[in-house]
Amino acid sequence: MTCEAFASGSSFLHKADPRVKVLCAFFYSLVVACLTIMPAQLASLLISLLLLASARMPLAIVVKRIALINIFVMALWLVIPFSTPGRVLFHAGPLEASVQGIYTSLAITLKCNAIVMANMALLSTSSMFLLAHSLAHLRVPSKLVQLFFFTWRYLHVLEDEHRRMMQAIKIRGFIPRTDILTYRTYAYLVGLLFVRAYERGDRVYKAMLCRGFNGTFWLLHHFHLHGRDVAFGLGMGGIIMALAGIEWSYLIR
Amino acid sequence: MVLSDPLIELNDIDFSYSSEAPVLRGVNFCLQDGARVALKGGNGAGKTTLFHLILGLITPSAGSIAVMGRRCSREEDFVHARRHVGLVFQDPDDQLFCPTVVEDVAFGPLNMGLRSAEALERAEDTLDALGIYHLRDRVPYRLSGGEKRLVSVATVLAMKPDVLLLDEPTAGLDQSVADRLIQVIRSYPCKGLLLISHDPGISSALTNRAFILKNHNIEEDSGSPE
Ligand SMILES: Nc1ncnc2c1ncn2[C@@H]1O[C@H](COP(=O)(O)OP(=O)(O)OP(=O)(O)O)[C@@H](O)[C@H]1O
Ligand SMILES: [Mg+2]
Repeated sequence: MTCEAFASGSSFLHKADPRVKVLCAFFYSLVVACLTIMPAQLASLLISLLLLASARMPLAIVVKRIALINIFVMALWLVIPFSTPGRVLFHAGPLEASVQGIYTSLAITLKCNAIVMANMALLSTSSMFLLAHSLAHLRVPSKLVQLFFFTWRYLHVLEDEHRRMMQAIKIRGFIPRTDILTYRTYAYLVGLLFVRAYERGDRVYKAMLCRGFNGTFWLLHHFHLHGRDVAFGLGMGGIIMALAGIEWSYLIR
Repeated sequence: MVLSDPLIELNDIDFSYSSEAPVLRGVNFCLQDGARVALKGGNGAGKTTLFHLILGLITPSAGSIAVMGRRCSREEDFVHARRHVGLVFQDPDDQLFCPTVVEDVAFGPLNMGLRSAEALERAEDTLDALGIYHLRDRVPYRLSGGEKRLVSVATVLAMKPDVLLLDEPTAGLDQSVADRLIQVIRSYPCKGLLLISHDPGISSALTNRAFILKNHNIEEDSGSPE
């Protein structure tokens, strides 16, 4: 399964209570997103790197995902330095790059990476299913939890239908080229993909109705809070407060 | 419910998916208490469609449906009907959606109001009866076709329905697994059974009457089994 590549593992973070991880990820992301001073941002990136390292996930996939996100960040570097007014640092043709613009871009890069890495370490070390359950246990409204869970479930349906159709065209010798047959085949595939996924979703829903579904998301699974989870939660809470503290002490100065 | 009421009653049902081609026209059918009926008919005759009509998953353009003596016209009526009539879908992938097998099987009992512990116990008993207890914690959509089939049967049996509607339950099962499934269904104390199967072996093992769907209508099959 592509979206749960990291869910199984034996690190400390894999074993930690997902409720604690969800709470930590939420507050950590919130605080990091609000940081305005460079030392705090650097510290948060360091903390995220440590978290990521302690999750011991397959390095190749981790690097690929982070690289993917930084492609978007790079796009910001092409715009923000030249569009933010301030002291001019250098000229690129008719464009002027400002110090403030570069500073802003750097801040976005640091915070974005810190948040993504922390969420990877904290959230993708649990299966989607456990995350949905922990959200339900944390009293997130049931409608939202169901929306989250079924979005994920139907992404699978899409992926599944896609895989089957690709297999069907491959065994009949399809090789993508730049010709009209290829384009037409892809157009059929995309069209059919949505129709089939929609109909499959419809039948799954009907089958659920047959079993008396009335909108309740049942919780059979119960989490147990261990001492180490409490310790981890408190530790993360301390780190989050320390970050907020650095920021605050700078602001009141 | 009066004792003599039929379990399922269809009166003058018309149905079509699109306006041109009717699938069913003026269908009358009755499943009496104690009946074990095979439903035959070629591919595309409308057998699956008939099952979906009985449970209100699709709506007929004309005619009336009664399940367990209750006339079904609104969604609430069908909610009642689905508690008594269990449908095993033709494609098990349609039926399984939970992250683990045991949860999928417990889903129906939980919806019926059982407490978690009872529902789990019932799910486990059902898995055991079908000889697939070892699949308990597996992810349903990563099972083999035959395993999925058994789990989808378990999800229905766990609700202990009065009437079973089985849509080709042995398709894709090897002989020994099919035999075990037949044994489980034979010993299951249901009031009525309606079976779609292209395999004469399972039809003769589980049913004693046969109806055939052809030309958009249903009739008793004269060349009946046995
Ligand atoms: N969702 C749908 N939309 C449009 N037409 C459909 C749909 N489902 C089935 N049909 C058509 O309705 C007719 C009856 O289909 P149905 O699935 O009930 O047949 P069946 O008797 O169960 O066949 P099989 O033995 O192959 O399972 C077929 O001609 C089919 O093409
Ligand atoms: Mg069918």
